[in-house]
Amino acid sequence: MTAIAENPSTGTLPRRRGIFPRPTKTTGALSWLTTVDHKKIGIMYGIGALIFFVVGGLEALLIRAQLATPNGEVLSADLYNQVFTMHGLTMIFFVVMPLGAAFINYLLPLQLGARDVAFPRINAVSLWIWVVAGLFVYSSFFFEGAPNGSWVSYFPQALVGPDPAGNLASDAVAIQQSRMLFYSMGLQIAGVASLASAVNFVTTVLNMRAPGMTLMRMPVFSWMSFVTAFLLLFAMPVIGIALWQMMFQIRFAGPFFDPLNGGDPVLWEHMFWLFGHPEVYIMILPAFGIVSEILPVFSRKPLFGYSAIVFSGIAIGFLGWGVWAHHMFTAGLGPVADSAFGIATMLIAVPTGIKIFNWLGTMWGGQIRFTTPMLFAIGLVSMFTIGGLSGVTHSLVPHDTQQHDTYYVVAHFHYVLFGGALFGLFGGIYFWFPKAFGRLLNERIGKLHFWSMLIGFNLTFAPMHLLGLNGMPRRYYTYADGMGWNFWNAVVSIGSLVIALSFAIFVINIIVSRNNPPAGADPWDARSVEWLTSSPPPVHNFDDIPVISDNDELWYRKYASTSDEDAPVRVAAGGSDDENPGGPYGDRVSGKTAKELGIHMPDPSWFPLLLSLGLPIAAYGVFFEDRITMTAFFAVGGILTFGSMLGWALEPSAEEDH
Amino acid sequence: MPADALQPFGPVAEAQDALWDLAYPIAIGVFVLVFAGLAYILVRFRDKGQEELPVQTHGNTRLEIVWTIIPALILVVIAIPTVQTIFDLAREPDPDSLIIDVVGKQYWWEFRYEEAGIWTASELHIPTGRDIYIRLDGSEPGNTTVYGQPPVMHSFWVPSLAGKRDYVPGAIREMRIQADEPGVYPGNCAEFCGLSHANMRFTVIAHSPEDYEAWVASQQEPALLAQDELVQQGQELFVSGACIGCHNITGHPDVDPDAPSRVGPDLTHFAAREAFAGYIFDSPFGEQVEDPDQAMENLRAWIRNSSAIKPGSHMPATQVDGAPVDGEQLDAIIAYLATLE
Amino acid sequence: MSTVDAAEHGAADHGHATNLGMSNEKLGMWTFIGSECLFFGAMIATYLLYLNRTNGGLTAFDVFDIPFTSASTFILLMSSLGMVLALDALHKRDMRGFQTWTLATAVMGMVFLAGQKYEFAFFVEEGFKLETSPFSVSFFMLTGFHGIHVTVGVVMLVILWALSLRGGITADKHTETVELVGLYWHFVDIVWIVIFTVIYLIPVG
Repeated sequence: MTAIAENPSTGTLPRRRGIFPRPTKTTGALSWLTTVDHKKIGIMYGIGALIFFVVGGLEALLIRAQLATPNGEVLSADLYNQVFTMHGLTMIFFVVMPLGAAFINYLLPLQLGARDVAFPRINAVSLWIWVVAGLFVYSSFFFEGAPNGSWVSYFPQALVGPDPAGNLASDAVAIQQSRMLFYSMGLQIAGVASLASAVNFVTTVLNMRAPGMTLMRMPVFSWMSFVTAFLLLFAMPVIGIALWQMMFQIRFAGPFFDPLNGGDPVLWEHMFWLFGHPEVYIMILPAFGIVSEILPVFSRKPLFGYSAIVFSGIAIGFLGWGVWAHHMFTAGLGPVADSAFGIATMLIAVPTGIKIFNWLGTMWGGQIRFTTPMLFAIGLVSMFTIGGLSGVTHSLVPHDTQQHDTYYVVAHFHYVLFGGALFGLFGGIYFWFPKAFGRLLNERIGKLHFWSMLIGFNLTFAPMHLLGLNGMPRRYYTYADGMGWNFWNAVVSIGSLVIALSFAIFVINIIVSRNNPPAGADPWDARSVEWLTSSPPPVHNFDDIPVISDNDELWYRKYASTSDEDAPVRVAAGGSDDENPGGPYGDRVSGKTAKELGIHMPDPSWFPLLLSLGLPIAAYGVFFEDRITMTAFFAVGGILTFGSMLGWALEPSAEEDH
Repeated sequence: MPADALQPFGPVAEAQDALWDLAYPIAIGVFVLVFAGLAYILVRFRDKGQEELPVQTHGNTRLEIVWTIIPALILVVIAIPTVQTIFDLAREPDPDSLIIDVVGKQYWWEFRYEEAGIWTASELHIPTGRDIYIRLDGSEPGNTTVYGQPPVMHSFWVPSLAGKRDYVPGAIREMRIQADEPGVYPGNCAEFCGLSHANMRFTVIAHSPEDYEAWVASQQEPALLAQDELVQQGQELFVSGACIGCHNITGHPDVDPDAPSRVGPDLTHFAAREAFAGYIFDSPFGEQVEDPDQAMENLRAWIRNSSAIKPGSHMPATQVDGAPVDGEQLDAIIAYLATLE
Repeated sequence: MSTVDAAEHGAADHGHATNLGMSNEKLGMWTFIGSECLFFGAMIATYLLYLNRTNGGLTAFDVFDIPFTSASTFILLMSSLGMVLALDALHKRDMRGFQTWTLATAVMGMVFLAGQKYEFAFFVEEGFKLETSPFSVSFFMLTGFHGIHVTVGVVMLVILWALSLRGGITADKHTETVELVGLYWHFVDIVWIVIFTVIYLIPVG
């Protein structure tokens, strides 16, 4: 619902009553529970993801405490398996993905010059379903323990209890069932949120662009969000089916993956990685988009090779579907499959390389300002290069059988997901923080944050390359003295503490910066239209929808001369200054409310929150052997969810005569 | 000997390492190029407070084509030998290959020498200079079921000799290894398999062909019958303590030679091995044991209650007539085990 | 105004042209259907993989009653015609016709579901259960999830019908809502054609 003007038609029917009055408040704590504003939803995604980042980070510290010395005794084997599994699940599904979603939510409508996403209430549903999914998975600690089969949870390991000799075998099976049901149902719920987001973002991009904004005038971040949404759209149903199969296997003994009853455990690997590899790009592409926004602003140049970067992003999206089996080079798929997937994996290096070179080309000849967001963006370009190069070595299939499931792989994907995605996402936080909250973060503390994170990151993950090549497999809760792994493991553990410290600096920065002076609409001398509106933007984003005539719309409103040969000249009184925060080009916000301007914005609603609460309740039903209890949980959860959908469909507008 | 993927000791690992040796310098070259370029750009084009803004370049098609094609060409250079090596290593076994069946259990490896009719646990003895064709045999998962639960995936990895291959319940997977020189090459499980995934080690011991034949001959000998009283007592406790339910000892008077149990490791030559419990503890009877007293202490603790010192071990705490095994009984059992050379 | 989907009625209703000229709702439904293709595709792939893994239990030849399922398939396909006629009636502002055909479509869907329920019960009695074999569980999952989709469609149709009885559906405002339900319904039918072909018509050995 993106209504611009009041619907002129008046009702011909008696007004239907909702179950309870439609909320109208747009300020105060409760308004956050009922909001459908993409900006508030984005902020909540971000805060939620950062909270989970602390939790997942503490799990990482536990892992490193255990492995700091040989024969570590911080965690038992059982607890270690739970902690490392939850670290992976948390960082992937509850940190990096939602941080990406936070940026997409917040920025996509602003960058497209839209008032909101295509389906604001579905957007709120995505948020709340994601929140309850996280709480659901973590509630496992109050039952039989957390999932313990690693984030890939291969079968038949996922069926086997943690301690067959110590317990009665049936106890072990019950424990394992509970843990893996939390995995399958928890990720299933999170997947619903992602799927809903994907439909929403695809529709938004295709339908909600401002006048004049052709697809090839979209900011690159919007483009990468678009590609990400398509990847989600097609990857989520695949993992959804795999998770249902897992649930049927665990709960109803349907032998999908049980080799004792004819099932094929390798099918799970295929299904998982058919989702799992696109998932990697789901996590990295938003960060690529962020960097493609930051680099031009702080180089004062347009993005070099815009269309090459866009098409390489699309190419990565496509190729991402053809490389899943490179996670299975040791599974024995045969030489033909190994060769095909090896070559496909090499091919991905080409579009990735194009992106790196174009980013360098963007900086070439510019005036590089080393602000905190720029440092993080440069951090991504450099660290991701390392991760990309180690990724190419994985495509050497015979040698990959040496690297597979060792710390070399752990090093690789942390360089991609931490050095790549997280550096980009932190850069994005520093870049758009003034837009979202109206105040810049402290630059000096920000730079301290960057350097401590860069050092800690390399201290932690660079030695893992060596450990892996020296034969240290991953997912080991302990290792013996005398393997030659002691020194580098100690270094890695120290590095993890430095990363923890760097995050503490980030938190301090947010606290310290709360009283910074107002940033103004365009504190960075930026280029895309989200900087056209006030900081923070009004609920309706823009008083008037901007008409777009260029990739760098805002830049060309501020500077004359668009030819490649001439240096641009500042348009009189353009740019951002304290006395005139909007500037003449950016005088898009009058300070009036949407209502005063006659803009109809979607009303808040309780139903997204209520709808999402039904899902975990129904999911808890799966845990009960007793059919009546199970059905009761299904019924309560189902009534809540489907009742909310019905209530939603029939929900009245808050405005009397609408 | 170090377990280093980059220090091969046989032709398989060498073939794999050759690809690394080809690609690694290229990767380092690209790395240096990108980082040097980045450093140059950051210094040269830093903001010096100049008034005039930079030229607004939008791109350069010729450059785009160049940095699309050059990486693609580099990839062709590494793709060709990669595919060649894939097919070369996947070929059928040679006529004189030694075929060894490997079964992954929780948490130890069983090695079956079909031709010689012998079974070992955690120690894979091979002759040097001969192609060893490993069949990771999960084809009969029902035979390896413990506690009614399905067997799980493992991955067989000896970094010095070859990259890893998964053990898949319900299927057979093949790989090959070969050692050029006699030596001891450590290996471990590389696919997450449960609580003691980290405690599932093994060793490949490469002998000269003659020594290998001698080893096979010694393994084919059955265990000696008990000669003295303590050993006799241990031999009986092996039955009353229910050890015999899972462990085979060829030559033990109560073992049915037609139906030896394969649930636990075959102990016929237990005292000839260097380590036990998934190769994580030195055996007190081994030749290279560092601390025999500690090793003996570990063995006693292991027999008492194995899962106390190795999480998730499937071996139940040893009981004799419903009571935990006592010190004297342990002495007897260990005295018997010591005779299993 | 506050009837089905009114609140989600987007830009198109409010004079703001969408970029594709198609309403957000319809585009969103098409997008969702794209995703559903992979949802069913993953299950069909699994079913084909496990076609012959019957664990010595019942095979497709033993259990499937092709004439029976063909009949229920025919009824489901006819329901698509009912959906078309319902929408056509709405276009012609023939509300009685709309109500009749909506209800008829829903009833045909229910008959299909009843047939599936009977089939499942019969199979279970014959010893063809979830835990029997990879083949059986793949069959139940694929047809079961399709059945859930049909159920959702039936619920939507019944709601449309109930609303229209109270005058809550008008040609001016709700043509698109009915079109969306129709899109979904046709998709569910088309998927069944694929499933029926794969399960009942591809010979198994």
